[in-house]
Amino acid sequence: MSASIIWIFIPFVLGFILWLLPYKRLVIGLGIAISVILALTAWMLPIETPLNIGNWSIKISSTMTILGRHLILTPTDQPLLIFLYLSLVFWFISSSIAGDNNKLIPSGLLIISLLISALAVEPFLYAALLIEITVLVSVPLLKRSNIPRGRGLMRFLVFQTLAMPFILFSGWILTGITAGPEETTLIRQAAIFLGLGFVFLLAIFPFNTWIPLLTEEAHPSSAAFILWIFPTIGLLFGLYFLDTYSWIRESNYLPIFLRSSGLLMIVTGGIWAGFQKDLKRIFAYAMIMETGYSLLSLSIQGTRGIDLFFGLLIPRILALLLWALALSVILSKTSSAQFSMAKGLGRKYPFSATAIILSHLSMTGVPLLAGFPIHQALWERLGIISLSGAIWFAIGTIGLLMCGIRSLAVLVAPSNERFMIKESWPQRIFLSLGILMLILFGILPQWITSLTIRFPLMFSHLGR
Amino acid sequence: MILDFVFIMVILSASIGQMLSRDWRWSLGFLGTQYLGVFGFVQTIWPMNLAIVKLISGLIVCLAFATSQKNTTAFSFSETSWPQGRLFRLLATALILLTTLSISSQTSAWLGISNRVGTWASLLLMGIGLLQLGITTQPMRMIIALLTLISGFEIIYAYVESSALVAAMLVLINLGLSLVGIYMLNTDYLENVD
Repeated sequence: MSASIIWIFIPFVLGFILWLLPYKRLVIGLGIAISVILALTAWMLPIETPLNIGNWSIKISSTMTILGRHLILTPTDQPLLIFLYLSLVFWFISSSIAGDNNKLIPSGLLIISLLISALAVEPFLYAALLIEITVLVSVPLLKRSNIPRGRGLMRFLVFQTLAMPFILFSGWILTGITAGPEETTLIRQAAIFLGLGFVFLLAIFPFNTWIPLLTEEAHPSSAAFILWIFPTIGLLFGLYFLDTYSWIRESNYLPIFLRSSGLLMIVTGGIWAGFQKDLKRIFAYAMIMETGYSLLSLSIQGTRGIDLFFGLLIPRILALLLWALALSVILSKTSSAQFSMAKGLGRKYPFSATAIILSHLSMTGVPLLAGFPIHQALWERLGIISLSGAIWFAIGTIGLLMCGIRSLAVLVAPSNERFMIKESWPQRIFLSLGILMLILFGILPQWITSLTIRFPLMFSHLGR
Repeated sequence: MILDFVFIMVILSASIGQMLSRDWRWSLGFLGTQYLGVFGFVQTIWPMNLAIVKLISGLIVCLAFATSQKNTTAFSFSETSWPQGRLFRLLATALILLTTLSISSQTSAWLGISNRVGTWASLLLMGIGLLQLGITTQPMRMIIALLTLISGFEIIYAYVESSALVAAMLVLINLGLSLVGIYMLNTDYLENVD
């Protein structure tokens, strides 16, 4: 038995089968059960170590060979597998509570399995092709029949597709460089292609215009899922490049490039968010800023930067899940997320309104919330490296904070309606638990560290 | 050399035709012709049995598109972006043609490709694909533009990489893009079939 069969092929096939099932409740139940089992197996089953059950002895091998190429999942990848499948469980629960049309469950399994295969494939330039296939698979999840043109979706498709040729080409050039690292012209060309590929893949400014458009068009849960999984896997894919090629890792230009692009995303995202009047678009700009924070953390050299990068993952998914669920709850009863329509909605949806505001503030890095410890550490390290960078960081954060205060003012604005909770009990419970976690992780940040401490071991150079 | 000339003419006519056509039948016809040109160049590098996969998959893409179209002459949505005139499209195509021609020899030298015509065909298709992406908002036309862009990339990539698995995955992406295009046009029907 190979690890790839368990964590790539089985969820892929099951995702496909779930797509065909017409029973909503069955799909939800099976989707959650499959994800829980996959997370548990990733936690409990050892890879490359014989496991004795009675007279039986099972060994899960790390490598699987298909047409001469390898899919490799080692024991060091297991924390990531647990994180991804456990996150999937929460996405599925959130989506079912929100009353989504349960497309997320089969799509989620297909997308996660394809993206894990993108990280596991050797030689890893094939990952670009697998990511492109995942983009195509995610279209049905994002397309809504009442929005015929889907400008955001089309841009998403175009920009992600444009990433593929650049990365494939850079992969070809990189094989030449491995043979002779002194070839500076080739190095420059590979760096340009690779840089362009990742600019498209990670939706780095100015190629991030699809994000606000997509959040306007798609269901909040679906959009949030895509905006979480693609940048996360894209960044990990980038880290594999850094880990493999020492000339990229040790380049003097890399921290400057990462810092500049990260700050650009934080500043533009924050300022743009400050002028938005739509809760969905604000959410999109907050996500743009999150990619900026990740890039910024990678610009910090040494293990500190990697620790910060992985430290951002849990507060982000927590805030994102809550924000998406709260938006879905509100939008299931109102036609638009515009401020004019959202006025006073806190009286009818107090749990959702609280979740939106606290998630927003957590992503801003407000004290006592999950995002604070890591944002504070990031800002502090940035201040040591570049004072101007720290000032720009503050400007972007202030933009998002102002926007959060405006959202709060809108959601609690006086209205003629009486205070009446319209959320269902499961929604109230899930949102309350999420809010509690957001506060607990803010007060006890060591919990996050204990969860992410093994993540950097995936890399042989970066995390050591 | 003569064959290269024939295939570049096929690609050139397909590109110009695709830029000017409004009727979906013509557009898909030109897309099919374009795949013939791509096959022509790829078969000079790859074994025939592998190269023919590009042609067959391209034709499947065209057929899938054709069967999904409603009985109208134009693609489902009217164009809203400016400009739309045929003269503008012709001039823009000419610009792409000249630009790609002028950089093809340099690109060939850089990549170590002996066939300059093949490089030009590749750059031309990528340029036309990008141009189409820039001037249209119709989902179907955008998908065709992406297919054109990928076709161009496939020619140049065939010179540097001959892996059957890469070829298979690129075919999968081509077919996937066509399915996405069909899905986008028929979401209403596909999602509410009951």
